[in-house]
Amino acid sequence: MRLLEYQGKELFAKAGIPVPRGRVASSVEEAVQIMRENPAPSVVKAQVLVGGRGKAGGIKFCTTADDVREPARAILGMTIKGEVAKRILIEQRMDIERELYLSITVDRASKRPIIIASAMGGMDIEEVAATDPAAIAKYCINPAGGYWPFIGRRVAREARIPAEITNQFVSILGKLYALFFDVGAMLLEINPLAITKDGKLVASDAKVDIDDNGLIRHPELDAWRTDLPDHALEQRARQTNLNYAYLSGKGNESIGVIGNGAGLVMGTMDAVRVAGGEATDFCDIGGGAKADVVRNAVDIVTSDPRVKALFINIFGGITRGDEVARGLIAALDGGKWKKDRLVVRLTGTNEKEGRAVLAAAGIAAVETMNDGAARAVAIAKM
Amino acid sequence: MSIYLDRTSVVLVQGITGREGLHNANRMRAYGTNIAGGVTPGKGGQTVEGFAVFDTVSEAVAQTGATVSIIFVPPPFAADAILEAADAGIKLIACITEGIPVHDMLKAVAVVPPDARLIGPNCPGLVTPGQSLVGIMPGHVFSAGNVGLVSRSGTLTYEIVDQLTRASIGQSTCVGIGGDPIIGTVFTDCLQAFEKDSETHAVVIVGEIGGTDEEDAAAMIARREFTKPAVAFIGGRSAPEGKRMGHAGAIVSGSSGTAQAKVQAFEKVNVPVADSPAHIPDLVRSILREPARH
Repeated sequence: MRLLEYQGKELFAKAGIPVPRGRVASSVEEAVQIMRENPAPSVVKAQVLVGGRGKAGGIKFCTTADDVREPARAILGMTIKGEVAKRILIEQRMDIERELYLSITVDRASKRPIIIASAMGGMDIEEVAATDPAAIAKYCINPAGGYWPFIGRRVAREARIPAEITNQFVSILGKLYALFFDVGAMLLEINPLAITKDGKLVASDAKVDIDDNGLIRHPELDAWRTDLPDHALEQRARQTNLNYAYLSGKGNESIGVIGNGAGLVMGTMDAVRVAGGEATDFCDIGGGAKADVVRNAVDIVTSDPRVKALFINIFGGITRGDEVARGLIAALDGGKWKKDRLVVRLTGTNEKEGRAVLAAAGIAAVETMNDGAARAVAIAKM
Repeated sequence: MSIYLDRTSVVLVQGITGREGLHNANRMRAYGTNIAGGVTPGKGGQTVEGFAVFDTVSEAVAQTGATVSIIFVPPPFAADAILEAADAGIKLIACITEGIPVHDMLKAVAVVPPDARLIGPNCPGLVTPGQSLVGIMPGHVFSAGNVGLVSRSGTLTYEIVDQLTRASIGQSTCVGIGGDPIIGTVFTDCLQAFEKDSETHAVVIVGEIGGTDEEDAAAMIARREFTKPAVAFIGGRSAPEGKRMGHAGAIVSGSSGTAQAKVQAFEKVNVPVADSPAHIPDLVRSILREPARH
């Protein structure tokens, strides 16, 4: 679960990491009120998850309650790369001397948290990695031992962090590492980590990604979920614990895809593309899926008006074929989705029973994934 | 021969009194797996459907001599179950549980001793066809033979194995390593084991988007640390960047983890990559005809 900048900064502030003084507003009136209470040179920032908001006009400046109106009006409701800015963060403007980079993320290869730091901040770290890899310091922390100040000193040295702020850097890194474990983060990124003209380190931006699985331990963070600009169908799916992602971007998405197991669903999306179509969604009914889960999946996927054909691909491991078949029939019974726009591929555990249940209801099941994909694409074009 | 698992393996089921634990204990026993019993804290001394239940793994190990454990414990308690198994001296731990907090796994893998092998979590387990199945896979799709398989996906594995079996290509051992970002056993571990296994003549690598496990496997092949013929499949070629595709690990961020990068890495070391699972049997047949890379 990715957090908006203002949410990330709230976590930073609680963890003792210095952030600029700021408040969030969701209307022009709120923005004016904030500036009235704190009239000072300020920056108005669109709260979106996508990158590149500065170039898109999502960052503007103001000094008084009067001149916040125009930037607030311009940014609130602005669409940046498909994402609508529903909030703005109004923050004290800082005199910045220099910009650094600091992050902690989960390193799959070493199976450890990894610190990444650079004296070259304010730009895309992947770009720095490509052009000047020596400017980046990395350190994998053994979670059994945790963070010790020597790690911070070593990273600071290797990242060429200016000596006069090393102590502040070591302290912030320690707090960031503690926060990383406290909230169960997948990523904590400060870019830029600013050195102000008076020699203080401040987190100018905050990029936070929380492990979704870890939210069982953090109900307080789970409450932020609704704030995020997901697709309406994704929100509906989440409320019913369905693993669903709305896919868009190609423009020719027309095949609804449902399957059991993330790998198989991805494989099915790939097969649809190979057959000349494009999936509208990723929908995984998971292991041991019951009839009501299948029913809900069909309801949600076919609520998408782009869906012209529905391809259900089930390979039974835990999931029993007859369960799936019954769920499918139940879902289709009360619903509006027509059998002639449905392709089912059912195999694995209890496949014969499952196919028999489908046959009794007049639904034919195809044998292979590629056949199913080809048939779905043909139906969608009809 | 096989890797990690054979007919002599004595297996415990952690979470045996739960719905999935018991259902799969029965399925594994029906397959021929030597299930010595199970563990559910607080239910020790009972017998469920012929399975002896113990309160702790150490007790179960002492009484049964088990060296393998499979875990069906709910996500908040699963890392605890993994560590309990390792602490009791279990040498092969397959954790099926999906949805374990990543930070629990970061801590767990840091303390699991090097002589204990963890498979998963969020995996379908492993099977040495005709000998032992420790997992949730449908046993009937597997057949004994000389092709090893290692996969990050569950259901896609069944799909591919089913195709292999239908094409009369049997398997030595199939390992589902799991789809989470932090897992115990990765591709390179399995390739190392398959390299040493005389009964494995070729390997199918089933990868997916996210992470660099596939690239690491390709690098190992480039270093000639794995020399047997191999074919690969990468799931998620059509997945857009930044969207999480069910598996917590299957997410493309920036330029890393893309299907394209993985396909290129394999092709560079002459490992053919199948466009679709249906093409894998043909590719396996063709590489088995070619002499191994030396």
